[in-house]
Amino acid sequence: MYVAVKGGEKAIANAHALLAKRGQGSADAPRIDYPQVQNQMGVLVSRVMAEGSLYDPELAAKALLQSQGDVLEAVTLLRSYRTTLPRFGITVAVDTVGLPAERRVSATFKDIPGGQQLGATFDYTHRLLAEELETPEVATSDAQVDEPMPRVTDLLGADALIERDRPEEGWTDPDPSDLTREPTVFPMSRAERLQALSRGDEGFLLSLGYSTQRGFGNNHPFAGEVRVGEVEVEFFAPELGHAIPIGRIELTECQMVNQFVGSAEQAPQFTRGYGLVFGRAERKAMSMSLVDRTLRHQEFGERIVSPAQDEEFVIAHSDNVEAAGFVEHLKLPHYVDFQAELGLIRSLRREFQSRQNSAEAPSASTDTRIEENA
Amino acid sequence: MSGPRIVYNEGYLDELTKRVVRRALLKGVAIPGFQVPFASREVPMPRGWGTGGVQVTASVIGPLDTLKVIDQGADDTTNAVSIRAFFEKVAGASSTTRTYEATIIQTRHRIPETPLAENQIVVYQVPIPEPLRFLEPRETETRRLHALEEYGLMYVKLYEDIARYGHIAKTYDYPVLVNNRYVMAPSPIPSFDNPKMHQSSALQLFGAGREKRIYAIPPYTDVESLGFDDFPFEPQRFEQPCEICESIEVYLDEVFIDDQGGVMFVCSDTDHCERTLTARDHDRITEVNA
Repeated sequence: MYVAVKGGEKAIANAHALLAKRGQGSADAPRIDYPQVQNQMGVLVSRVMAEGSLYDPELAAKALLQSQGDVLEAVTLLRSYRTTLPRFGITVAVDTVGLPAERRVSATFKDIPGGQQLGATFDYTHRLLAEELETPEVATSDAQVDEPMPRVTDLLGADALIERDRPEEGWTDPDPSDLTREPTVFPMSRAERLQALSRGDEGFLLSLGYSTQRGFGNNHPFAGEVRVGEVEVEFFAPELGHAIPIGRIELTECQMVNQFVGSAEQAPQFTRGYGLVFGRAERKAMSMSLVDRTLRHQEFGERIVSPAQDEEFVIAHSDNVEAAGFVEHLKLPHYVDFQAELGLIRSLRREFQSRQNSAEAPSASTDTRIEENA
Repeated sequence: MSGPRIVYNEGYLDELTKRVVRRALLKGVAIPGFQVPFASREVPMPRGWGTGGVQVTASVIGPLDTLKVIDQGADDTTNAVSIRAFFEKVAGASSTTRTYEATIIQTRHRIPETPLAENQIVVYQVPIPEPLRFLEPRETETRRLHALEEYGLMYVKLYEDIARYGHIAKTYDYPVLVNNRYVMAPSPIPSFDNPKMHQSSALQLFGAGREKRIYAIPPYTDVESLGFDDFPFEPQRFEQPCEICESIEVYLDEVFIDDQGGVMFVCSDTDHCERTLTARDHDRITEVNA
């Protein structure tokens, strides 16, 4: 009886031991090591890094093993580690034009400077479940592409067919506020929103992006460009007086070209939606750019008619560490609150019963009473 | 690379983060009941499991402190055990289950039965810090309502309860007016505990990790549970005493004791129950010996 709520300490220790055992599977099964996960489950590692907001394939692979493949647990592990790291400063904005794209496709133009490059993609594969995995030889490309790859949106921008990506000449990019270090209050700046979306849950953003394609916040998107590749990260070192490269990270970028707007004073232009995610994450980058554009309704004076346009709804619920934690906290004991509710419902029922009884006593017509209440 | 890659700071949070939290706490103390936004960090337990309370405790705890952690009033419920174990691991503070020994009491859903003292801090774990949230889901809107001291929505809700049920149908997280200015969510403590917040000798700190808000009630502050002249606030009461320690006027858990629907009512505050029982047994022994 009362012992039911006792013994928490021992129960926890036993549960952890059991969990570790489940993680190993059968006792003679060989353990997967983290380099195997890092190398052979690259897309999964990307997702954990993106939503965990920490570019570290090794730690992401370790987190996935520790969490027994529970992605949201792995994300939580990485976040709880990341948050204890000191922040030294802000890197120079990465240059995705200079990024030698491993993959680059545009749905808006057949031929683009720098060419289209399919790269490593699941697109056009037949989704037939295979017994064994094969690794065919990859043909070495005969000519190394040295041609620069300007962004498709920059090509459109040259003719002012698309809105500028910065307000005006002479504008300097302000240091973005850091969502993880400064309190965020609504309404957010676009830079803050993009940070939140970039670490937001892939599934949630996918569904929201999808909803905008189905009439809940229509924004007529075209995939102007999707590119994937490694980019150099530079850090401005004040002691040296110049920026120094500190490493390379793999990124997926999506530039969505959207419905145009115009006014009496301004010629019609296409508008932009932007997505940028760690690693190989096209679905996420595309969803992010759809949602980014949808959330910019205020800039274009669009009417709010759908959930994906609602900044507080989207941003406050996009973080899967927060969402998973709060949903799962319902497993925690709620005896006290439930007891309070029990007390109230019992007294309400008693009062109801005594009202019923006193109504019945003078043999009033209960039938009409019920009808009146209906 | 040599040496371990993964190293944590004393008290888990880095020093700069503790400073951020302390600043928010100071602002909260200066404006009782006002929700201060802070850049809530991840901590190694899930959101909604006390991450706000953990950050507040981590920022105020020192090596000389004695920590007590309760969940549902009990020291030995699993999440309380887990949080206490976390601080034993990452901070040098000692821990206790005795309310009067603790300098910091982190709590979920209860205020201890033992009256609190001036040298004590109560840290509440808060799931939804905004008392108006279920009346108005938008942060931008509720912020304005607080700024204008516009609490009509809340009073209408309470009035509608009375019209529908003959009572204010709010049994926990019962809204309070702090220092005659801000309407505040006391976290899901039962309304039974609300009167303990009023003019408390202890400093009361509230941390909502997922919602990124901190608020506070300094010692000896007026905390009034909302009500009407003709329908004043009435805290819940229990008619029976605890069936273990025989305390009256305490909050009780209803515990099933068989599969026939038999129940017994026992103290929710395990420390209070143990101490009362020990003291009573001691008295009995003294009586017998006398």
